[in-house]
Amino acid sequence: MLGPFLVGVGVMCGISVVLAVMMVIADATIANYGTVKVKINKDKELEVDGGRSLLSTLMEEQIFIPSACGGRGSCGMCKVKVLDGAGDLLPTELPMLSADEKKQNVRLACQCKVKKDYSIEIPESLFNVKEYQVTVASLTDLTYDIKKVSLKFKPGDEINFKAGQFVQFGVPEYELTPEPVYRAYSVASSPFVKDALELEIRLVPNGICTTYVFKYLKEKDNVTINGPYGDFFLRDSERDIVFIAGGSGMAPIRSMLYEMKQNNNQRKAMYFFGARAVKDLFQVDEMRQFEKDLPNFRYIPALSAPDPGDNWEGDIGLITEVVAKYVESGSNVEAYLCGSPGMIDACIKVLKSKGVPEDLIFYDKFA
Amino acid sequence: MTENGWMAFSILIAAIFTDNILLTNYLGMCSFLSVSKEIKTATGLGTAVVFVMTCTTVINWLVYYYILMPLDLGYLYFIVFIVVIAAFVQLVEMIVERVSEPLYYSLGIFLPLITVNCAILGACLFMIIRNYGFLSSLAYGFGAGVGWALAITCMAGIREKMAKVKGKIPKGLEGAGITLIIAGIMALAFIGFSGTMNIR
Repeated sequence: MLGPFLVGVGVMCGISVVLAVMMVIADATIANYGTVKVKINKDKELEVDGGRSLLSTLMEEQIFIPSACGGRGSCGMCKVKVLDGAGDLLPTELPMLSADEKKQNVRLACQCKVKKDYSIEIPESLFNVKEYQVTVASLTDLTYDIKKVSLKFKPGDEINFKAGQFVQFGVPEYELTPEPVYRAYSVASSPFVKDALELEIRLVPNGICTTYVFKYLKEKDNVTINGPYGDFFLRDSERDIVFIAGGSGMAPIRSMLYEMKQNNNQRKAMYFFGARAVKDLFQVDEMRQFEKDLPNFRYIPALSAPDPGDNWEGDIGLITEVVAKYVESGSNVEAYLCGSPGMIDACIKVLKSKGVPEDLIFYDKFA
Repeated sequence: MTENGWMAFSILIAAIFTDNILLTNYLGMCSFLSVSKEIKTATGLGTAVVFVMTCTTVINWLVYYYILMPLDLGYLYFIVFIVVIAAFVQLVEMIVERVSEPLYYSLGIFLPLITVNCAILGACLFMIIRNYGFLSSLAYGFGAGVGWALAITCMAGIREKMAKVKGKIPKGLEGAGITLIIAGIMALAFIGFSGTMNIR
């Protein structure tokens, strides 16, 4: 009775063992990519274990490429210029890349696996990007739909950023997202305060991060952020500055104004803040204070549709009309825009018609 | 050629044309329907199936006649065959990922699903039921794989052409519906080969 049982089990085990050994060998040979080198910007070289995605390989080396979806290839943010090593474009990358990007060898870092030596190009500023565990110091309602989120770093941690740059805010999994996601927000506070950050977040119906911030985020909560990112910052020049931003687009401009104040910047500057009605205005007192601190700065709020009881005496009209009224000649102007794509495109048109050189119009479009 | 050789040759041809495992036995339909949108991916999956089918029929033949039969363990053959196939598919997956990443990503989940592609287990079982010798089994495994690859590539060709004439297909038949009808017509067409070769 025992004999056939043992034979049967023995044979089955034997076959399984042989196959398992075969798979172990295969895993150590075929699926083993060994150590590979990743060359960054043609000078820095990293030795890494092959076989994983470029995004997670770099993250392991403390180089954070912006990514909102966490490597599923659905956000298209982790674009990196790969000079060598990535092979052909993958079907999962195609929908995210424009024809121009394809020509320039731009790839999605989350989809390319590092199997042989890589050579990539990333903006220098990304080396400064780190991940931070922060706590919520306070939440303040700025208007009915914009909240100011103040974050405090752990003792010893500090962030170095340029005014105008953004950080990514980590949202844990909750009813609107089955997995943690990151969303980008411009820093609204002074770059000279390094152990705290302020973000200005506007409620977007069904927005994953904004809903989370408005519904669940409380004081003393822990939040993961990483940053800073972006090339939207004040350029060094003697030109007059035109800022245009409404709503939560105020954030990077506010940070820039803090920077100007600290550096005692004497450049002539105008800030056009577009809003619908008085109830959409916020931090007006702060802006008026900047007018006192910065001798050549003017804050120009404009309402497009004031409510009947608003008693508004300032400018009325679309922000483009107000900009056109105040900016006489654009030849000595440099412009910084932050807001929705529609608003930015319309403003660029107006600024160009006033003679502002196109390459001196900098903007941060809400995606 | 020897008699064995002739038999293996006729089985090879028969497995591709007259007794195409997909079009006469209707095995391996799920990936046939899902991965037949593009010729490139279809031939990729087809090649993987040819490789897995050839190797697994050979190995399973050896295991069956040299291990299971002498020990009177014929009743274990389902489980043994499945395990061998699974190990092979894993191997193929590693190879494809190493060799061609675009193919790896376009095959997606259907590559691991070859494990339970009924055409592959079917080929192994047919070779046992029909009492094929070693050479015939090799020919049958390879032929059945090529037959399957041929069918899915033809289907992909037809579907690629079909995708260019949008709007001509009745709404209710779009997608799987029209594909199944085409598969039926292809099966009818393959009947035209019957009688030229005999599988048994």
